[in-house]
Amino acid sequence: MTELRRTPLYDLHIELGARMVPYAGWEMPVQYPLGVLGEHQHTRAAAGLFDVSHMGQLILRGPGVAEALERLVPADIVGLAPGRQRYGLFTNDRGGIVDDLMIANKGDHLLLVVNAACADKDIAHLAAHGLHPEVVGDRALLALQGPAAESALASLVAGVAEMRFMDVADLEWDGARLWVSRSGYTGEDGFEISLREDRAVDFARALLALDEVAPVGLGARDSLRLEAGLPLYGNDMGEDVTPAQAGVGFAIPKARRAGGVRAGGFPGADVILPELGAAAHSRRGVMPEGRAPIREGVAIFAGAEGGEPLGHVTSGGFGPSVGGPVAMATLPSGIPDGAVLYAELRGKRQKLRVVPMPFVKTTYKR
Amino acid sequence: MLKYTEDHEWLRAEGDEIVVGITPHASEQLGDVVFIELPEVGREVEAGEEIVVIESVKAASDIAAPIAGVITAVNEALADAPGDVNEDALAAWFFRIKPAEGVTLDGFMDEAAYQALIG
Repeated sequence: MTELRRTPLYDLHIELGARMVPYAGWEMPVQYPLGVLGEHQHTRAAAGLFDVSHMGQLILRGPGVAEALERLVPADIVGLAPGRQRYGLFTNDRGGIVDDLMIANKGDHLLLVVNAACADKDIAHLAAHGLHPEVVGDRALLALQGPAAESALASLVAGVAEMRFMDVADLEWDGARLWVSRSGYTGEDGFEISLREDRAVDFARALLALDEVAPVGLGARDSLRLEAGLPLYGNDMGEDVTPAQAGVGFAIPKARRAGGVRAGGFPGADVILPELGAAAHSRRGVMPEGRAPIREGVAIFAGAEGGEPLGHVTSGGFGPSVGGPVAMATLPSGIPDGAVLYAELRGKRQKLRVVPMPFVKTTYKR
Repeated sequence: MLKYTEDHEWLRAEGDEIVVGITPHASEQLGDVVFIELPEVGREVEAGEEIVVIESVKAASDIAAPIAGVITAVNEALADAPGDVNEDALAAWFFRIKPAEGVTLDGFMDEAAYQALIG
């Protein structure tokens, strides 16, 4: 077992009373004294500050880099305007997903933000296709999420309010250069901010000094993204799950689909493109009756007794804003929203309903 | 006087019955509790039999019957307000059990021994 890595905010987490857990090779705060429910509710009501410095920040630069990245990612990167960001997927030859990522056009380079657990394999994947990213090793990454995120950040940083969802900009705080994007993983409006690690603690303290900002750990990050219907790599998608099955076909624009101006030309295109809108099974939202959460791996059946499983839960838990359990499950196509199915929990079948996602209204500033 | 199990349950003798809950330490470790499934009243249980399911925001855990006996009552209020366990774990009892013939609380930890266990 290799030693866990610590983010630049480690000492601050301890000072704030966080409970630290191993996560993707990092020692991360799962919750603070406020607790997962309280942190979740605070983020939906005001603003939550998350340390996401474990995520990989990669820079690609040089002529033709957008075209080159399009050979690995079925997104429109050539058409991505400077100052804009897009969600994308690294795919493999089998049509599975190597990772999901954010791609920002920063003018003279692309900034990629990838999952912590996938960063090493992503870098190897890029290298195997002739792309050699600069790994940003000296910057923390913070997320500020919630209805008060804009006013909180704007009280410290000029130029924030002008940004809209998926804009990126370089802004300034107390002499430090911030790489800001208006995006997040909670379903709320908010920002993700990259800055030099030697300024990260001061910046986090300045945010936390505001009444509306509270620190939020990985526990609430998961319940927030679950309610927002956002998939988690490793749970809801993976190397053997295609974009259509994972319900992230929206990440593949018309230009890269059959008949598009730059159709295909990425790993697994022959599997992925014909399956869009025609997957045999895909990720759906389900809401169990009662209060018992259904978690990853729980089998789902058509009837109250007998039969073979139709599918299984990929992510599930308690939705604090919903006030009950919510889950994502892989289910056969053709099951309509509103259908009643059954989860088998501790040997008992429990009724659930297939519902559209997200489970809560998202509030992105488009 | 409370007795404690190694599974972080507290036990309180009341008449010829034992009231059972989980300790503040356990509730803190679990995090926010969102669902509790209690056994049926009248059920005959063996010591060590898993009879309660606690779901927190983090995970599901089982609570075992500390002794053999018959369940005589359960705290129905926890079904609607599972968070009571986080508010006051010593007040949020789970179930009452009438011990089987010859079963005593001798051998369970007292307060000092339990505090030593959780350090």
